[in-house]
Amino acid sequence: MELKGKRVIILGERDGVQAPAIEACIRSAGAEPALVQTHCFV
Amino acid sequence: MDHPVVKGVRFFLAHTPGLVRHGSKPSREIAKDPPLWETIRASLRGYEDALAYAPHQVLLGNLTPDALAELQAPWYENPLPEASASGPHGEIVDEELFYALLKAADDFDLVHLENGFVERLRPRLQAYRLRSERDLDHLKGSPLAAIDALIDQGAAPLFLRSGEAIGAIRTDYAEDASLAPEVLLENLAAKAAATMALRALLADSGTPAASIDYVIGSGEEAVGDRYNRGGGNLAKAVAEASGCINATGADVKAFCCGPVHAMVVAGGLVASGVFANVAVVGGCSLAKLGMKFRGHLQNEVPVMEDVLAGFALLMGPDDGESPRLRLDSVGRHTVGAGSAQQQIMAALVEEPLSRLGLGFNDIGKYATELHNPEITDTAGSGDVPRTNYRLIAALAARRGEIAAGSEARDRFVREHGMPGFSPTQGHVASAVPYLGHALDALRRREMRYAMFLAKGSLFLGRMTHLSDGESFILEANPKKGQD
Repeated sequence: MELKGKRVIILGERDGVQAPAIEACIRSAGAEPALVQTHCFV
Repeated sequence: MDHPVVKGVRFFLAHTPGLVRHGSKPSREIAKDPPLWETIRASLRGYEDALAYAPHQVLLGNLTPDALAELQAPWYENPLPEASASGPHGEIVDEELFYALLKAADDFDLVHLENGFVERLRPRLQAYRLRSERDLDHLKGSPLAAIDALIDQGAAPLFLRSGEAIGAIRTDYAEDASLAPEVLLENLAAKAAATMALRALLADSGTPAASIDYVIGSGEEAVGDRYNRGGGNLAKAVAEASGCINATGADVKAFCCGPVHAMVVAGGLVASGVFANVAVVGGCSLAKLGMKFRGHLQNEVPVMEDVLAGFALLMGPDDGESPRLRLDSVGRHTVGAGSAQQQIMAALVEEPLSRLGLGFNDIGKYATELHNPEITDTAGSGDVPRTNYRLIAALAARRGEIAAGSEARDRFVREHGMPGFSPTQGHVASAVPYLGHALDALRRREMRYAMFLAKGSLFLGRMTHLSDGESFILEANPKKGQD
């Protein structure tokens, strides 16, 4: 998937992949985060 | 460096199905769809089922985590044939007795229990080993008409699982959202749970309450008023209710990571000589009752978030006997450490091990988030302890300390981990549930080291996107048996 120029909704998980880590990845791919949130499922 | 020791721990469980309607998720959903409460109520367990539920018996110390791993699952369908309400690490009470303890914890006439119900409770509270004379003085009833009038004015009604209405909790300042009845209910429940755990710890260890110098609260409740939301210091209220007349205290707030932070702070206070005897307490998280009820109803399993939990532990100077908290082993998830799980676990586990010259296999057991997977997995939230253990195993494999592949990983998880057995009570579930078993095993020299690590979801408060984490190693006391 080509992420460059796309806006991305980022939902992370505390014990999985947290949102800031996903954000770093999508920014490096040239995308722009529209929402960055980590959730806790416990 | 003089390392502090952990002398003991006690857990207090209360089976409170009637309070599930006051959990955050159920209360919001019931407000939108009032008949939903009857659907939830039909899936709530009775006390005997909660008592015989194997994970609760592990918390009380009557069953080890390794023994739990060998039991037939699902545990909710396989109650233990013999179960006790008390064990070497704590006790469980039913909802009626808990309402008596809630009233006993109430210094402001907030909880109003119906006259007939109070007369039913009085002999039970009288016979309860942890009650004080002041508790009995607090246990006064109200006429039903007066309770109905309070509810008309905004008080929150209180029920048993049976549906019997038994009272209400009111506010004494209607314009203050921080003192709303539901908030006061959460805070009073936390006070009661932490107080009973501390009283049990002191009584069972023969520790005079007056010998406690400092109490640290590590729970997630927000005690305060409109000008001081979350101002805190439940610790001192618990110290007062436990007769610790020579203590003061404060709260350490760090979401689920609070207890581990509090233990490190307590250890520092002891080691520096500021205070000799420091108790760390954590009350319950009433807001989390019924948190995952949707998933449980959907999968036709009992609504298992029906138990409140609190704990108390005691730390002090090295007594040559008790396990030591190695202050040189503290691991931290720093601001700059990054948010990837590999980076977090490296900071909490790998870095402290390297610093002490230890390998992953030197740690007998790792105590991580110990949420009961039967509660989380059945609601689509996965098995949190297993996820964490697999990541620790992956770090061990990367360092070449175990073989690569799922077979070695699973063996490492089985030998150095454990199944989750804690109610989903936030901070209570983070590492500390294993503390009683760790102290037992370290005292018996069945292992030399146990590592405790916890994570906190700071991002939930919307002040940072970061999570948090802290860890420490407990060590069998090297002086034991040398004299």
